[in-house]
Amino acid sequence: MLQNVWLIPVVPILGALINGVLGRRLGRKAVSVVACGSVGAAFLMATAAFLELTALPADRRLVDVDVYQWIPVGRFVPTVGTLFDPLSAVMALVVAGVSFLIHVYSVGYMHDDPAFSRYFTYLNLFVGSMLTLVLANNFLLMYVGWELVGLCSYLLIGFWFQRPAAAAAGKKAFVVNRIGDFGFALGIMLIFSHFGSVAFKDVFPKAHMVAPGLATAITLLLFLGATGKSAQLPLYVWLPDAMEGPTPVSALIHAATMVTAGVYMVARCHTLYEASPISPHVVAWVGAITALFAATIAVAQFDIKRVLAYSTISQLGYMFLGVGVGAYSAGIFHLVTHAFFKALMFLGAGSVMHALGGEVDMRRMGGLARRLPVTHWTFLAGVLAISGAPLFSGFFSKDEILWGAWSLPNGSRALWFVGWLTAGVTAFYMFRLFYRIFHGRSDVPEEIEPHIHEAPPSMAWPLRILAVLSVVGGWIGIPAVFQSVVPAANWFGEFLKPVFESVRFAEGAHGAASTELLLMGVTLLVAAGGWYLAHSFYYLDPERRRAEAAARGAGVVYTLLQNKYYVDELYQAAFVKPGHRLAVVLADIFDVFVVDGIVNLTAAVVAGFGELWRYLQTGYVRWYAWSVLAGAAVLVAYLIMR
Amino acid sequence: MSPALPHYLVLGAILFTIGMLGVLIRRNALIVFMSIELMLNAVNLSFMAVSWYLRSFQGQMMVFFVMAVAAAEVAVGLAIIVAFFRSRQTVMVDDLNTLKW
Repeated sequence: MLQNVWLIPVVPILGALINGVLGRRLGRKAVSVVACGSVGAAFLMATAAFLELTALPADRRLVDVDVYQWIPVGRFVPTVGTLFDPLSAVMALVVAGVSFLIHVYSVGYMHDDPAFSRYFTYLNLFVGSMLTLVLANNFLLMYVGWELVGLCSYLLIGFWFQRPAAAAAGKKAFVVNRIGDFGFALGIMLIFSHFGSVAFKDVFPKAHMVAPGLATAITLLLFLGATGKSAQLPLYVWLPDAMEGPTPVSALIHAATMVTAGVYMVARCHTLYEASPISPHVVAWVGAITALFAATIAVAQFDIKRVLAYSTISQLGYMFLGVGVGAYSAGIFHLVTHAFFKALMFLGAGSVMHALGGEVDMRRMGGLARRLPVTHWTFLAGVLAISGAPLFSGFFSKDEILWGAWSLPNGSRALWFVGWLTAGVTAFYMFRLFYRIFHGRSDVPEEIEPHIHEAPPSMAWPLRILAVLSVVGGWIGIPAVFQSVVPAANWFGEFLKPVFESVRFAEGAHGAASTELLLMGVTLLVAAGGWYLAHSFYYLDPERRRAEAAARGAGVVYTLLQNKYYVDELYQAAFVKPGHRLAVVLADIFDVFVVDGIVNLTAAVVAGFGELWRYLQTGYVRWYAWSVLAGAAVLVAYLIMR
Repeated sequence: MSPALPHYLVLGAILFTIGMLGVLIRRNALIVFMSIELMLNAVNLSFMAVSWYLRSFQGQMMVFFVMAVAAAEVAVGLAIIVAFFRSRQTVMVDDLNTLKW
């Protein structure tokens, strides 16, 4: 299997081909079988490869296979090949596993949609592209996957393209991603021009010899791509709008997998990042600021999917904070646990919408706990995980990141503080979301009330499985501090260690265990504070009067948050409007007067000469004959006189 | 006195001038056409004379070409004049002035 890892992305792409070509004739059942089956097969193959990998000795767990020589042009010989090491193994497992669950969920969620086969075609194509991205052994193939997932994201956000909002959101995502991908492409070109190769095996071993300035340029360009794809400041604006797509798509692409591509990329290129004195700090700070920024916006949103979207942006910021300070395995660990609990919460939100006929405004929800028991309990598991409740998966991963931010040389107290503050805000907005959906006074409109129904099994089972994973998923990486209490502590970190071996420092080495435990306690405290605030606002006070009073009391701040810091308006005024105006100037002035002017001038000159000469065309043959004679006479005269 | 080269060339020039004046002055298309033939044959005469004078056959070959072209031209030209007469009931070239500005 390790030699045939390339089959893993190929199978879902084949599924996409089958559904894309034959989908309309196959019928819903066959389409679902092909779609879920191909992703399931990919997951099984990834598992087999993973097991074979773990059977190898730790220092030999790196299988680099070139399958096909792609476009050999002079020195530029990119291949289609796979790299299977612990990092890509983890990514492939998470991607294929979560995708499989969401495929199963989608069968239930999309069962009434007329474009059923188109949906699964896109979804399968996405899985294949994402697996290409994480399994590629060179930058160019990674870029192919990077662009393909962007394409699938565009197609799926705009899946209900009949709705203008969905079409506009798809376009926005595409355009914003284009800015980031432009940087990514430039970064790859710079890598090729310096290293003469785009293969990971040629680039990374030599990365530490690169001049710091060049390394900074390369890594910041690559990071620009990451801010686009992984929705970080300043390019995060597309992700909240991307919620116009079907909810399973939000769960899969815009929470669990595609948006984590940037984190994976930074972790994969960590040797390059470490060669630069600035880039890791940029990554960490962008991540930290994004985490807090997006979390505060989430506090004042009412669209449940948008709350989750801002939460995703915030959690991605955490991951970048982790990989920025050098806590790579912690960042990847959070990526894994986040894939579980955020996919769970999106699917839970989808289940709520399904029950309420597509409602997303939490002001028309409330008290749904008894009507949707499965959704309620599974959602609670996700909320506890993201808030960092002890023993839940998010607790371990978030604390590892915060510990890294505190203790690693690249980290700082300030970074830790931003992350710590975010943990409190996260707990607050998550429980606010949870309580407003499931507890307190029911504001569900009366005409919908009788139709509320729990999700069908194909939707409920993925919820249950993901809920279990959200709880136990963190146990693979219990921090080394607890070594005395649990066996196999920090298994995840140990597993990823060969990948990050070149890291100059052992993770979390600079700090006493007591400090780590103390910080853990402090984080827990702030999360509990966030929870308590939400609890008193939305649970103990079912009429939510106190929450409204608090919102009024916050005044301008609340308005600012509710309007998302007016970033969209700012971008509109700073980039879109001037761009539009420039286009108007170019189209209505430059094009009309300069470009068309030159063309018209040419025509006018020709026409003017025509106007002058046309009087020679008298139409009388004898006149022409005279002119021939005159011409001949002049010629003869010239020849004689010469 | 047997004729020498200048005699032939002068005769050719006279014939050519007559033809040219015919083309320029006469209005009847048929006369114009005949004048053109006259010009061609004046040139042919010059070719023959020079060819004889130089003991070269290249001039004679040229004459054959001119005659072939003239025959083709007559066929086409007369056809045009006939067609023109059918549509306009006239062969006066000054009525043939629609192709002007």
